Amino acid sequence: MVPLSWYLILAAALFAVGIFGVLARRNAIAILMGIELMLNAVNLNLLAFWRYLWSDNLTGVVFVIMVLAVAAAEVAVGLALIISIYRRRSTVVAEEIDLLKW
Amino acid sequence: MTLAQLIFLAAAAVTLVAAIMVVTAPRLIHAGLWLILSLAGIAVLFILLDNGFLAVVQVAIYIDAIAILIIIAVMLTRAVMSDADRQINRMGLAAAFASLILLAGLLAMVLQVPAASPAPLVEAEVNLDALGRALVDVDGFILPFEVASVLLVAALVGAILVAMAPARGD
Repeated sequence: MVPLSWYLILAAALFAVGIFGVLARRNAIAILMGIELMLNAVNLNLLAFWRYLWSDNLTGVVFVIMVLAVAAAEVAVGLALIISIYRRRSTVVAEEIDLLKW
Repeated sequence: MTLAQLIFLAAAAVTLVAAIMVVTAPRLIHAGLWLILSLAGIAVLFILLDNGFLAVVQVAIYIDAIAILIIIAVMLTRAVMSDADRQINRMGLAAAFASLILLAGLLAMVLQVPAASPAPLVEAEVNLDALGRALVDVDGFILPFEVASVLLVAALVGAILVAMAPARGD
């Protein structure tokens, strides 16, 4: 059987890769992709802990389903915002969208 | 080294390499395709964790809906940011440094988790049945379930409103 720590190490690495994408990418859609990677790392962690430590309890699975629902809502609103900004200002580069930046 | 461990290592390698390609690929459309591969690797890991239901959900929601939505958005906004443009901002090195520090911190914490062996599962069908009941049970998760459905409706209506074509003369 696969040790629990392998899953946790993989999820940590996936989360770090995702946060690099969020911090370093210039394109707003690529930033959303990084967020998706981070959400997936969290899901992997939740499910691994559920399977190894609390498999008699459904809370972990329900948490993963909630994360999936929130991720779907987040990506729909995020992409709508990007499309809207693209229509009005013709850019998808995050650092050019600075109207509210002090 | 058992078969499960070999499958885990293969799926983990595919997931991680694809994830790194997602954040470094110079062409955004390729990043979207790598994202699909990475999400598929996660689905394999879900099967390895004895949860075939969530693996199917992962394929149906993440790969089918979210990844395709992202790729469509990439294609809709393609004209403004050509692939020859710089894709990493000028803080790229600092970002890499920050995420490495985060990784080190996470690993230091994760390696303190005591080893645990998984308890034998009850049959999968019973489990899925219990999940369905728990989601609509008053003593279970009915409140988060209903809140999630309201959130989804609000998000989708809001997304349509936000993305609607601007009125004439705007």
